[in-house]
Amino acid sequence: MILVNELTKSFGDFVAVQDLSFDIKAGEVVGFLGPNGAGKSTTMKMLTGFLTPTKGTIKIGELDMKKARQKIQSQIGYLPEGAPAYGDMTPLQFLRFIASVRGLKGQDKKDRIDTVIEQVELHQVLNKSIDNLSKGFKRRVGLAQAIIHDPDILILDEPTDGLDPNQKHQVRELIKNISKDKIVIVSTHILEEVTAVCNRAMIISNGVKLFDGTPIELQKKSRYYKAVSLRMSYAADISGLAELPGVADMEVEPKTGTVTLFPENDAVILPAITDLIHRNKLPIDDLFVEQGRLDDVFREITEERVVS
Amino acid sequence: MRHVGILLKREFASFFATPVAYVFIVIFLMMSGVFTFYIGGLYERGQADLLPFFNFHPWLYLFLVPAMAMRTWSEERKSGTIELIMTLPVTTLEVMIGKFLAAWLVLGMSLMLTFPLWLTVNYLGNPDNGIILAAYFGSWLMAGAFLAIGICMSALSKSQVVAFILAVVVCFLFVLSGSGVLLDAFEGWLPNIIIDTIASFSFVTHFEAISKGVIALNDVGYFIIVIGVWLYAGLVIIENKKAD
Repeated sequence: MILVNELTKSFGDFVAVQDLSFDIKAGEVVGFLGPNGAGKSTTMKMLTGFLTPTKGTIKIGELDMKKARQKIQSQIGYLPEGAPAYGDMTPLQFLRFIASVRGLKGQDKKDRIDTVIEQVELHQVLNKSIDNLSKGFKRRVGLAQAIIHDPDILILDEPTDGLDPNQKHQVRELIKNISKDKIVIVSTHILEEVTAVCNRAMIISNGVKLFDGTPIELQKKSRYYKAVSLRMSYAADISGLAELPGVADMEVEPKTGTVTLFPENDAVILPAITDLIHRNKLPIDDLFVEQGRLDDVFREITEERVVS
Repeated sequence: MRHVGILLKREFASFFATPVAYVFIVIFLMMSGVFTFYIGGLYERGQADLLPFFNFHPWLYLFLVPAMAMRTWSEERKSGTIELIMTLPVTTLEVMIGKFLAAWLVLGMSLMLTFPLWLTVNYLGNPDNGIILAAYFGSWLMAGAFLAIGICMSALSKSQVVAFILAVVVCFLFVLSGSGVLLDAFEGWLPNIIIDTIASFSFVTHFEAISKGVIALNDVGYFIIVIGVWLYAGLVIIENKKAD
């Protein structure tokens, strides 16, 4: 359980995080979203005890960050942005070092190291120096070090940044597997990631929280949520579509000829549309229900702020 | 303090994983050989002691120790590992002490590796080995003081070059403060008490006192205090600007 109350951090005149309050319960996988420089990393640095807040409190369980920093830090696994590691060490040496600092000893330490090596698949590079590893492997070493003590809270700052699609998939699977009864906080600016791994999304911009809810709720904010798009092989009469019950609006993309029908509120419009298609024998090539365009929602939410 | 051992081990291994320790030791041995035999004239003096060897130590350390210390914090900052280490359940003090002790051990090793010189004078004559041992001890203490300054300067900047230059300048002041050149310049227009105070800050004065074979509390205490003060200053700097 993480309790954050009116957290503020300023660097000189620049306010990086402003009056941020939230609480996170066990089992929640929170996606921190926001443009670059929004204050995501700063917030994470305060949650991990690296930075001291200018104002506000952080409580983890019963512990206050101000009073019990070290105790809290022993419960947290943290992957800083860019996955920094001691480049002159090999992954094996590095993991042994972190495990020792984390207080693991003897057989327990050996077992945990073996487990995380298995989990992030580090076998082939165990004895190369970290400096010589590819970006993907470096990130995996960072992940391994973050989960080596099986922490209750896992904080990952852009864990998939710069990875190829396979590696991204792997990292996401890893997060899904660990997250059962733990708290995971992931920062990202890749929106698909939030729907892929998180059960809660938080959007931060200019240090202020702008949205806090489930990924579905975020998708619902899109006007494309549950909208139906269709394409036809040749031009046909589509006038009937816009008049269907539940359809609020119709838009035709002039270049591709894609027709998009927007539902009123939460109305389900697909059956009515397919009925009409059958009746009028429309030459449909493609028909699909949109999931909501997160990019648009993201831009709307974060840019509103800039304008106001 | 229970993490110091683990941190020390990592730092120490890192000196040998990167060639820093090897380069340092080789250069240190070569330079001390050159100074002792060519400039100090160990043979020509016809005396069985190691004075020509120890006399040059402050000047050797002046450049070599800052070069060794410059990476301690600068590198952590530059590579971002500072964020990693400071979010592990260790205190900054533990990290600081681990870093200092690791580098100090390497310096101690380098000193120990000059043992052929000691064998040489023992072969050639009958030196007072007690004095030589005291001088080794004094030299190691002084190296620690140079090191503490270097680590503090490394805490100041992300750039190793800046850290090196700052450390050399500060160390130079501490070496110079006891030298005749500086004190003569003050002579006559500053009261003696101030001149004595400036002179008492000199590494050289305290080192020479120890290397004569007198391990006095004030000389040993001086180096220990210098080490403590500079490491503490480094600690404060790191705590205050770790995110920069």
